[in-house]
Amino acid sequence: MSASTPTRGTAPVGLSKGEARTYASYARPAWQRWLLTRETAVILLLAVVFVWATSSVPNFDGPLTLYYLFLDLMPILLIALPMTLVIITGEIDLSVASTVVLTSAVTGLLTVDAGWGFGQAALVAIAVGALCGLFNGFLVGYVGLPSLAVTIGTLALYRGIAVGLLGTEAKTGFPEEWTDRVKERIGETSYPQVLVVFGVLAVVFVLLLHFSGFGRGVYEIGLNDEAARFSGVDVARTKLLLFVLAGAVSGLAGVYYTLRYDLARGDAANGLELQVIAAVLLGGVSIFGGRGALHGVVAGVLLIGVISSAMRLQGETENVTTIVIGLLLIASVVTPSLLSWVSGRLPAGVKGASARSRRT
Amino acid sequence: MKFNSRRTTALVALTLAASTALTACGGGDGDGGSGDSAETITFLPKNLGNPYFDASSTGGENAVDAFGGTFEEVGPTNATPDAQVPFINTAAQQGVGALVISANDPTALGDALEEARDAGVKVVTFDSDVDAEYRDLFVNQATPEGIAEAQVDLVAEQIGGEGEVAILSAAANATNQNAWIDLMEEYAASEYPDIDIVETVYGDDDDQTSFDKTAALLQSHPDLKGIISPTTVGIAAAARYLSTSQYKGQVALTGLGTPNQMREYLEDGTVTAFALWNPEELGYLAAYAAHALIEGDITGEEGDTFEAGDLGEYTVGANGEVVLGEPTVFTVDNVGDFDF
Repeated sequence: MSASTPTRGTAPVGLSKGEARTYASYARPAWQRWLLTRETAVILLLAVVFVWATSSVPNFDGPLTLYYLFLDLMPILLIALPMTLVIITGEIDLSVASTVVLTSAVTGLLTVDAGWGFGQAALVAIAVGALCGLFNGFLVGYVGLPSLAVTIGTLALYRGIAVGLLGTEAKTGFPEEWTDRVKERIGETSYPQVLVVFGVLAVVFVLLLHFSGFGRGVYEIGLNDEAARFSGVDVARTKLLLFVLAGAVSGLAGVYYTLRYDLARGDAANGLELQVIAAVLLGGVSIFGGRGALHGVVAGVLLIGVISSAMRLQGETENVTTIVIGLLLIASVVTPSLLSWVSGRLPAGVKGASARSRRT
Repeated sequence: MKFNSRRTTALVALTLAASTALTACGGGDGDGGSGDSAETITFLPKNLGNPYFDASSTGGENAVDAFGGTFEEVGPTNATPDAQVPFINTAAQQGVGALVISANDPTALGDALEEARDAGVKVVTFDSDVDAEYRDLFVNQATPEGIAEAQVDLVAEQIGGEGEVAILSAAANATNQNAWIDLMEEYAASEYPDIDIVETVYGDDDDQTSFDKTAALLQSHPDLKGIISPTTVGIAAAARYLSTSQYKGQVALTGLGTPNQMREYLEDGTVTAFALWNPEELGYLAAYAAHALIEGDITGEEGDTFEAGDLGEYTVGANGEVVLGEPTVFTVDNVGDFDF
């Protein structure tokens, strides 16, 4: 341990888990540090799968594929952004799909039943989403309850409220100018315009996580929240904010869901929370917190989307797709630990020895 | 500079694993494609793993084999409209000849179906329709009036034309169920004034929920004479409850059920008669209707006629509907003739 103790005062925070920054990792030139990462591996795999699908899956190269791919993935892409931050702090939010359904129900009730303009209804829905997140975040950050338990509770609660509000009906018949807007393409391309909304949000989240003090706090909490607290990070407030963000973005996804399917129904978005979490983990974020990056997550979401789309085109059933994605997820989680276990056993030079000592 | 051996190994291993997996998939894909997609007919039931839709798909496949096309069946695990949309999109991408679908929502699938039709796919709905503007044809199992009246007649006959009757339905927002229930109430009020429909409960097409709701019905209505369950899951669960309770033989049960589910309850006397159309024939007719659309024999206009193999000739009615026929009534005498 002493060999890698850095001189800067705040850095020991980073050393309590395996992925901490060490001299060993800085011993490599910058391009290696940037390229030889799990994120790069996922992006590479995405590229390989995409090339394979384009060349050997019938109709994958058609003009509709990317368009539908992005429309289908949009809720996952959106929610994956705040979910990444939540998971990097070592927490989890299982209530996002229920928030989507609840905000979709609110949009439906306000627009279809109460006759509100859709724009106002959408803003209220996003606010309701933020409120859902606030409740989660308060219980996790300030009361100190485990997020797994809290959000399993609110998973049932928010969907329950949505079903209660909607009763036995499905709300439909949303204003056409809005439902059409969601499906519009950028010019003549295969890309739907909603990608712009995602792009803007993605930039905001990248700045927040990777280029701000708040983002550094997020990583520190994930590595060791006690140490983060001592080094001046407001742990409770950070967690609260992240859950509020997750709720608000889920609210936005709920509005999107309502428009995309012209429908508010209590049984929508079934299992969406697990798809989001699977994509985030596949993208290289550690479920234990402390590591991960947004470009990997976006690649993870796209990878899942391309695989599902290609397998549907090949006529595979959903179960087979789920199995493939599940195996991929397990492989991506297990491979790093397996390899470090193997390399720890191999006879190694000076560098290997220092790596071993770091893990003890 | 030295490589970090761990990272490099990880990357190499991952790439190798990926490329192995991909080569394996790529090798097998020659026969996985949809072939001549103009002749492909894709069945999209509400969900997979449902015996009712297994039967309709069997019928569809038989028909497609008979006229020499390619049959495909796809579908979601959960019977929700948002889960069906990606499959409709996929059919549009593949440019299949026709999509034969049982819709989980009458309007929510509209845009996706329109896009598929823009891509040249003929859309035939069966079992559960969408709004008429979104499809070419609807193959209806029976008219809602026919279904409602058959069930009310059955229960009236079994309870002697008077007394309290309750309804055990599927989900509270199931379109077809609710339409039938309204018609049953109307028909009972006009034809059997002594029959009182006291309550409608919802078992959500879940076996345990339907079982519990049956028990609750019998508790809360001690004078109940009969139960109508217009859903195959509901009637089987209700029969299972009745067959082991004190109400066996006292409370009549009828509705829509499949022969295989209900056989034992007919034989042990819990149930005397129930009705259903034959889902295999429904799928068979839907496939032939799709074929006639692809071939250009019909366009879905009222009055168009087409041949449906063993079932004979059918005529398209108002609103682009083709009706399979009257529901079949199953009793202990004829149940042995059916297997679905």
